[in-house]
Amino acid sequence: MAGISKDEVLHVARLARLELTDDEVATFQEQLSAILDAVSKVAELDLADVAPTAHPLAISNTWAEDEPHECLTLDAAFANAPERDGDYFRVPPA
Amino acid sequence: MTLDTLTLTAERANELLRTKEVSSAELYAAYLEAIAERDPELHAYLYVCDDPGGDGIPLAVKDVIGTKGIPTTAGSKILESYVPVYDATVIVKAKQRGLKVLGKTNTDEFAMGSSTENSAFGPSRNPWDPTRVPGGSGGGSAAAVSGGLAPWALGSDTGGSIKQPAALCGHVGLRPTYGTVSRYGVVAFASSLDQVGPVAKTVRDCAWLYSVISGRDENDSTTVDVPEVELPTADELKGVRVGVPKEMNEVEGIEPGVAAAVREAIALAESLGAHVDECSLPLSVDYGLACYYLVAPAEASSNLARYDGVRYGLRSDGADFRQMVMNTRHDGLGDEPKRRIMVGTYALSSGYYDAYYGTAQKGRTLIAREHAAAFERFDVLVSPTSPTVAFELGARVANPVAMYLSDLLTIPSCMAGLPGLNVPCGLSDGLPVGLQLIGPQFSENTLFRVGHALEQALAFDGVPARYRDDG
Repeated sequence: MAGISKDEVLHVARLARLELTDDEVATFQEQLSAILDAVSKVAELDLADVAPTAHPLAISNTWAEDEPHECLTLDAAFANAPERDGDYFRVPPA
Repeated sequence: MTLDTLTLTAERANELLRTKEVSSAELYAAYLEAIAERDPELHAYLYVCDDPGGDGIPLAVKDVIGTKGIPTTAGSKILESYVPVYDATVIVKAKQRGLKVLGKTNTDEFAMGSSTENSAFGPSRNPWDPTRVPGGSGGGSAAAVSGGLAPWALGSDTGGSIKQPAALCGHVGLRPTYGTVSRYGVVAFASSLDQVGPVAKTVRDCAWLYSVISGRDENDSTTVDVPEVELPTADELKGVRVGVPKEMNEVEGIEPGVAAAVREAIALAESLGAHVDECSLPLSVDYGLACYYLVAPAEASSNLARYDGVRYGLRSDGADFRQMVMNTRHDGLGDEPKRRIMVGTYALSSGYYDAYYGTAQKGRTLIAREHAAAFERFDVLVSPTSPTVAFELGARVANPVAMYLSDLLTIPSCMAGLPGLNVPCGLSDGLPVGLQLIGPQFSENTLFRVGHALEQALAFDGVPARYRDDG
C-alpha cells in the first residue's frame, strides 16, 4: 500500500515549490494516495535484465552546425517579463 | 456561394479556392460566422483571430502551440497573459503553405486531462451532445472540427489527447510517430511522449496536414527525416495484415456498444481483403497506464518547474524569492498540474526513484517489445480508441484515477513511440465510436491507407445529428 502521509505531501510540495492551503493538503493526500496506489502496480513486473527506455527512438548525439544566427532581441525576450529592470529580470530578494 | 462548414473538408475547400469559386476571405468569414453561432455553446475556442489575409485555408490550433502575437495559454491561468514572441515550427510550416490561424482551441491545463474540464477557462462541450465532454486534452480542436468551426486543426498528444477526443467527437486524428513532428515552440508536458499531430474530418485531410507539419527540425533535436507522405486512394485492403489484440478489445470497461461497432469495422476490413487474426498485448494493457502515470508526471514535474514567475507568465507577491515562486505556482496552476507535479516529484525523489520512475521506464521497454513482436505478424493493430463514448461533464472530475482510465487503450502505443490513427466507425446510443489503428514507427502511410479504405466503406456521417435535424 503506497499511502502518502500529510508530512510527505508537504515535503513533496516544498520540493516542487508549491504553496498549499490546509484544505489542499488534505485533498491531495487522499488523491495522491489513490494515484500512487494505482501506479504501484509496476512493482509486479518481472524486470530482470530489462533496460530502461528513456526515449522511444534509437537516435543519439544530434548535432547542429555551430554557426551564429539571429536570435530574439532583448525587448522580445523581456516582452512577457513580470518585472524588467534594464537588461535584467527583477525578482524579490532571496 | 453558401458554405456548409459542417461538411466542408480542407481538400474541398482547397478546390473551391483553386477554381476561384470562393475567396480565402469568404472561407475564413464562413468559419467566423459558424464560431459566432455555435461556439457560445461549445466553447471550442479560447481565442478567435481576425482574418490575417492571404489566400489559404483556415486552421485551428490547440492552445499549447505557440503563435507569435496571439495569446497562448495552455489552458492555464499561469500563462493567461502570455503572448509568444515567435511561432512554433509547426506554425511556421503551416504559414509557409498558406494556412491561416483561425484561433486557439481549448485544452485541459498543460494538456493534462481527458475531458477539457481541467482547463482554467472552463470546459468545451461535445457537439453531439453538449451535456457531454468532447474528450481531452484536445477537446477544443475536436469540438471545433466536428462542430464545423474549423476545417481542420492541430492537436498535441502525450497519452491520447488527439486520438481520444477524435473518437468522442467522431472525426479523424493522428498521433504521429514520436520524432516526426517538431515540438519547438510547443508548451512541454512530458517530453519523451509529447507529439503534435493533425485533427481532420477525413483521413486524406489528416494525411495532407501531416505532410505539412512533419519533418526534421534543427530546433528540435528529437526530430528525424520522415518518409514521403502518400495521400491514400485505395478502397480495398488486399494483403494487409490486421491484428486484433485480445486484451485491448476485451478488457473490462469497454462498453458493449463500443465493442460492437469496432467488431463490425474489423469484419468490414476482412471483407475488403484484409487478413485478420487475433494477437495478444497482455502487459501493455495491464501495466501501460501505471507506467505512463509515473513517466509522464515525472517529466511534467521537471518541465513545469519553469513556471516560477521570473521570466514570463503570472507572478504573485511574496516576501522573498522563494515565497514569490511558491505563491505564483499556488495561484497560477490548477489542481491537475499540481497533482502531477507532486506525483512526479515523489516518483523522482531520493529513495523512491528506482521503485517508481526507474521501474516504469523498464516497463516501458516491455511494452515496446510486446508491440514489436506483434508487428512481426501484422501491419496494423486495431482496437477501440476509447473504452466508452463521450461521458457527461462532471462524471469523472472528483476521481482522478477514473479519469486516467479514459486513456487505457491509447497510452500503450504512445509509450512505445508508435503512430496511432482514430477513424470514426459508428454510433453507440447516438454518440460516436472511434476505431484505433496502431502501426510500427514511421508507418503513417499504412495507417492512412487502412484508415481511408475503412472510412470509404463505413461511410460514417460526421455531422452531429442535432445539427442535421435542425438544418
